[in-house]
Amino acid sequence: MLNFVIHRIYVSILVAITVSVIGFSLLRISGDLAAELAGEDASTEEIAEVAKAYGLDRPFHVQYFDWAGKALSGDLGRSLFTNELVVELITDRIGVTFKLAIYSLILGLLLAVPLGVLASTRPNTWIDRMALGLAVFGQAIPNFWLALIMILFFGVTLRWLPISGSETEWHFVMPTLTLGLTVMPQFMRLTRTGMLDVLDSDFIRTARAKGLNPIRVLFKHALRNAILPVISLAAVVFGFLLGGSVIMESIFALNGVGFLAFESIQRQDFPVVQSIVVMLSFIYILLTFLSDVINAQLDPRIRLG
Amino acid sequence: MTDDSRVLEAKNLSVEIEVPAGILHAVTNVTLHVDKGETLGIVGESGCGKSITSLAIMNLLPSKATRTASKLQLEGKDLLSLSERELASLRGNSMGMIFQDPMTSLNPVYRIGEQLEEVYIQHGKGNRKEARERAAYLLDKVGIIAPRERLSQYPHQLSGGLRQRMMIAMTLMCEPSLVIADEPTTALDVTMQAQTLNLLSSLQDEFKMGLILITHDLGVVARMADRVLVMYAGKAVETGTSQQVFDHPTHPYTQGLIQCIPVPGKTSNDGRLGSIKGMVPALIGDLRGCMFRNRCAYVSEKCHASEIQFNQISPGRGYRCLLEANECADNLEGNLGTEIVQ
Ligand SMILES: Nc1ncnc2c1ncn2[C@@H]1O[C@H](COP(=O)(O)OP(=O)(O)OP(=O)(O)O)[C@@H](O)[C@H]1O
Ligand code: SF4
Ligand SMILES: [Mg+2]
Repeated sequence: MLNFVIHRIYVSILVAITVSVIGFSLLRISGDLAAELAGEDASTEEIAEVAKAYGLDRPFHVQYFDWAGKALSGDLGRSLFTNELVVELITDRIGVTFKLAIYSLILGLLLAVPLGVLASTRPNTWIDRMALGLAVFGQAIPNFWLALIMILFFGVTLRWLPISGSETEWHFVMPTLTLGLTVMPQFMRLTRTGMLDVLDSDFIRTARAKGLNPIRVLFKHALRNAILPVISLAAVVFGFLLGGSVIMESIFALNGVGFLAFESIQRQDFPVVQSIVVMLSFIYILLTFLSDVINAQLDPRIRLG
Repeated sequence: MTDDSRVLEAKNLSVEIEVPAGILHAVTNVTLHVDKGETLGIVGESGCGKSITSLAIMNLLPSKATRTASKLQLEGKDLLSLSERELASLRGNSMGMIFQDPMTSLNPVYRIGEQLEEVYIQHGKGNRKEARERAAYLLDKVGIIAPRERLSQYPHQLSGGLRQRMMIAMTLMCEPSLVIADEPTTALDVTMQAQTLNLLSSLQDEFKMGLILITHDLGVVARMADRVLVMYAGKAVETGTSQQVFDHPTHPYTQGLIQCIPVPGKTSNDGRLGSIKGMVPALIGDLRGCMFRNRCAYVSEKCHASEIQFNQISPGRGYRCLLEANECADNLEGNLGTEIVQ
């Protein structure tokens, strides 16, 4: 197991370096940053001055190492717009984003896994059809629309829940419901097909031939095997939730990183955008690493193979 | 009625499976019994219903299958009237099953020890510690060196032969009175096959369980079985002691099978031996007449129309054919040494 973890860490670091180079260069090649910073009416001299001031006139690799070195010591620069430290901007907001992502992921899994297991034990019955119907419904409905419907119903008509802000836990109920229902179908389908596959396998027949309690057969012997791909997917979805909740954060005026990214792109605040992009990539890498480790913990063939 | 030594008794056991094309008669009116310490060999070609018969006894049939029987008793207990819950309490406990493929029959994500111990604990035989003792004891019994270390290994770390021994040990955890081994050696290489069969028969001597040994290898049956049930197309076509069946095969199908056993030095090595010409008929729909008639050398008009009765020659000895027993014996005389395979 230790060897496995060390190897994974090594791979993750390599990927992280690659990603940071790509993230850094994407922004450089997306246009002439100095020209954009200097403004539309700036003269060539002014642009050159701006470039010098921000160090944009140096060779690419020098800029990269300068940036990466500072980033490693926790200095991501300042926002071009508010002049606040980027690190502070992000740390102020990341809590909200994390909270929403975690709540949504947990809700999605809590709904999806039992439903998927139930559906798989009764394939092609009304339970199964209902579960699949729910999945199709969840996938077909755009989440912003679901969010608006909920705001109208629970927020405006019934006045049960606050419709904007992130001050209390109540503020997270509707965004969580919306995102949870959005991510649920993929988990449900994967659990169901995984279980159907596993339930058909020889070792499940063996477990039944041993006279084991059916619940034990289902949850101990089948689910442990069927859950592996669900965990990998959960890591990806979590990354998606962290980076992709821009729309939800905007609709519910949740002051998270997604919203910050959205604002910063509009203002061409490149130190902020660059930091968010690289940070999210790192989170993805970390999540993939974690899901690999969990998978290895659950499946000895990966761990010892 | 049943005496104490009767482990399993099945009368007119039938299994029908619902398939898209209709009703598949996988097993039809099979009657069999197994006594304590005795081995019943079930032989027949692929698809003749051997596995379905054993799954029907264990109540492990696929959900589309229906089982009927006029009698099905395990140690005098009527299996037909028990609930699934009660049956589960017998499975792995009084009756156990060894499957064909040891590579896929163990759960890849749990340690061998866990998989052995859980069946002992499930049936209330003892606590975790006692289960571990029992597991180590049985691994030693099945000839595994350093059993305690093996218990903490995972299936993928063991070879096929070792895994099958694990399966055998697992089946014996609760000391069942009936063990069904469904082609336990088919997936193993030749040396492992012989070792595993020897192991099974010595364990049987020691634990005195009734054993149903399913195979399509007549050589294995000849070596291991006390009595033989030959199946064809879901029906019993011949029964008897091993000696009776091998020395005086009566049904044309059995005769064909026995003539197809390669005899060293006597048969040419053209690679086509070991099979009777022709195909097993589909078992779907309304079946009438002798199912073997499309492959039988002695087929007559009557074989097409009527339901072929099972002729009981003596208790435990019988065959399903319209021919008289002495006619069958004559067929064999005339045919021995001639090639059925083309
Ligand atoms: N799950 C199933 N669904 C439909 N038909 C099945 C199923 N399982 C078995 N059958 C059919 O039932 C018949 C008997 O199958 P069975 O598995 O008992 O054969 P077998 O004698 O064990 O053969 P083999 O030597 O290949 O293991 C076959 O015609 C097979 O096609
Ligand atoms: S009943 Fe007829 S077809 Fe069937 S085995 Fe006997 S002789 Fe052959
Ligand atoms: Mg079979």
